[in-house]
Amino acid sequence: MKKDWLFLMESMLFKHRLLIWGLVAAVVLTLPFWGLSLFVMRTIIMIGVFAMLALGLNLLTGYTSQVSLGHAGFFAIGAYTSAVLMMRFDVHFLVGMLAGAALAGLFGLVLGIPTLRLSGSYLTIVTMGFGEIIRLIIMTWTPVTNGTLGLMSIPRPRFFGTELNLNNHGFYYLMVALVFLVALFCHHLLNSKVGRSFRAIGEDEVAASMMGLQTTELKVLAFVLSAFITGVAGVFYAPLMGFIDHNTFTFDVSILILSIVIVGGMGTLRGMFLGSAILIVFPEMSRFLMDWRFVVYGLLLILMMRFRPNGLLGWQSRLPYPIRGKKKEVKGHGISKRQRSF
Amino acid sequence: MAYLSVKEVSKSFGGLTAVGGVSFEVEKGQVVSIIGPNGAGKTTIFNLLTGVYEIDSGTVTFDGKPIHNKPVQDIVGAGIARTFQNIRLFPKMRVLENVLVGMDRKMGYGLLSSVFRTPKFKKAEQEFTQRAIEILGSIGLGDEIHNYAENLPYGAKRKLEIARAMATGAKILLLDEPAAGMNPQESVELMDFISSLKNQGYTLILIEHDMSVVMKISDKIYVIDHGVKIAEGKPAEIANNEAVIRAYLGGSAKDVKSQ
Repeated sequence: MKKDWLFLMESMLFKHRLLIWGLVAAVVLTLPFWGLSLFVMRTIIMIGVFAMLALGLNLLTGYTSQVSLGHAGFFAIGAYTSAVLMMRFDVHFLVGMLAGAALAGLFGLVLGIPTLRLSGSYLTIVTMGFGEIIRLIIMTWTPVTNGTLGLMSIPRPRFFGTELNLNNHGFYYLMVALVFLVALFCHHLLNSKVGRSFRAIGEDEVAASMMGLQTTELKVLAFVLSAFITGVAGVFYAPLMGFIDHNTFTFDVSILILSIVIVGGMGTLRGMFLGSAILIVFPEMSRFLMDWRFVVYGLLLILMMRFRPNGLLGWQSRLPYPIRGKKKEVKGHGISKRQRSF
Repeated sequence: MAYLSVKEVSKSFGGLTAVGGVSFEVEKGQVVSIIGPNGAGKTTIFNLLTGVYEIDSGTVTFDGKPIHNKPVQDIVGAGIARTFQNIRLFPKMRVLENVLVGMDRKMGYGLLSSVFRTPKFKKAEQEFTQRAIEILGSIGLGDEIHNYAENLPYGAKRKLEIARAMATGAKILLLDEPAAGMNPQESVELMDFISSLKNQGYTLILIEHDMSVVMKISDKIYVIDHGVKIAEGKPAEIANNEAVIRAYLGGSAKDVKSQ
C-alpha cells in the first residue's frame, strides 16, 4: 500500500504526541504572561467560546448529520438562565452553569422530539424556527428578561472570593478549563460505542436501525448533548460580555457556528479549534478591506467548498484503528487512499 | 414447528398487492432460497421479515415467538439480521468499526461509562474488538480491518455486510442478492463461504438470481411471482417445474423444450 504524506505527517504527530501536547499545554497555560493586549486576549477567549459552540453543534451535525440552524437559541437559553439566576437570586456561577446548561439540554429534548418524524431540510427549518421563537420570547417576556433593553451588568463569576475578569486573566483560565472539559467529554464520547452509533446513523439510518441501534433515542440524545454543551458556552458568554439582549443571539450566530463546523472539518474535533480561530479572527484582521470584507469572506468559503469540501482539517486518519489492549505504536502500512472500486 | 414460519403474509401498497398471502417455512440450519423474476416481491418479503414494513395480514413466527410488526430493533434482538441488495455499509467508517456497530446492542455499557472510561467500558471495548477481528478474519477480511469501508473492492464490501450482520448475534441471516455483480470465480468463492456459514450453524435465507449458486447450495427453494408463491421444493424439482419455467420464460415448458 502507498504511504502518502498524510500518513507520514500523522505518524510523526503520533510519535511525538507527548511532546506536542506538552508544548500546547505550556503555551496555553502561559499565554497571559506574553504581554498580549487585552483586545487580543479577548479575541482569544472568543475563539474559545466559539470552539465550544462548534464542538456542541459538531456532535449533532458532524456525527448524526442533523443540521441545526437554531443553536443561537440554546446559546441564549444558557446565557439568560444563568444571568437571571445570578442577578435575581445571587446564586454562584457554577450553580448558574448547571441550571443554564440543564435547561438548554431540556429544550434540546423538546426540539429533539420532532426528529422522530423529520429529517434533512425539514428538520433544519424547524430548528431555524426554534431559534427565532427563543429570540421573540426574550424580547417579550419583560419581567424576566428585561425585554428589548437586555440584561446589564451581569455579575462576574467569583471563586474563593476573587472576581474573575479580563485583567486578572480569570476569564481566560475559566475558558481554558471549560474548553478542555468539553473537548475531553466529546473525545471520550465519540471514541466509544455512542460515537460509533452516532456516525452510523449519520451515514445510513436504515442500515443503522438494522444493526439494532435505537436510532430515535440516539438522535434525541445527540440533540440533548449538543444543546447542553451550547448552553455551557452561553453561561460563560453572559458575564464575559456583561450585557446581553435579543440581538446577541441572532440567526447570524447560528450560521457562524455552522460555518465554523464546516470550515474546520465536520466530524473532527481538531477542526473546531482552527475553524473558530479563522472565522473569529478574520473579521478583525480584515478591517482594512472595508466594504469588501464580506465579499472576500464569502469568496473564501466558496473556494474552500471547491477545494477542501471536507473542511480544512477534515481528513480521514491514515493511522491504524487504535485497538484497545494492544501496545500503542504505529507499525506497518498506512491506509491507502482509494483502491479500485467497481 | 419450523424454526422460522411465515403464514399467509400479505402486503399492499395502495392498490398494488406486493405480497399476497405467501407462506413458507425454514428449518434450523437450512439454506433456503427465494427466487423469482424482477419485481416479484422478494425484497418486500425481506422487508416484512425484518420489520422495515408492517404486514397487512398473516403471521411470522421465529423460534416459537411471533415477530411480525415488531420494531426493527426487537427483530434484530431476536436473532434475524440482513444484508441489502444495494450495499449499505457505513462507508466513512473503518471495516472494524462497521462490525463493532453491529455489536453495539450487546456491548452493555452506557453514556457515563464512555465519558468516564470506566473499567466496564475498557473491558467491553477490548473484548468486542477482539471478537470483531475474529469475525473479520473468518470471512477473509483480516487484512482490511483498518481500512475504510468505502475503499474496499466490491466483493469485499458484500462480505463486510455479511460480517456486520453476523456481529449482531443473528441466528438467521437474510442475504439479498449476495452474488449480484460478482464474476463467476467470485460467485464460486461466495458459495463456499455460504456453505461454511451453514456449517457454523447459521440458518440462511437467500434472494438470488444466479441460478448456478441457487441450485448448488439451497436445501429448499421457494419461487415467487407477482407476490404469490408459485412453486416450492428441492433444487432438482424446481428446475423442472413447469410453472417456474413459465414465469421466467413467459411460455409453457413444452414451448421451451421444443425450441
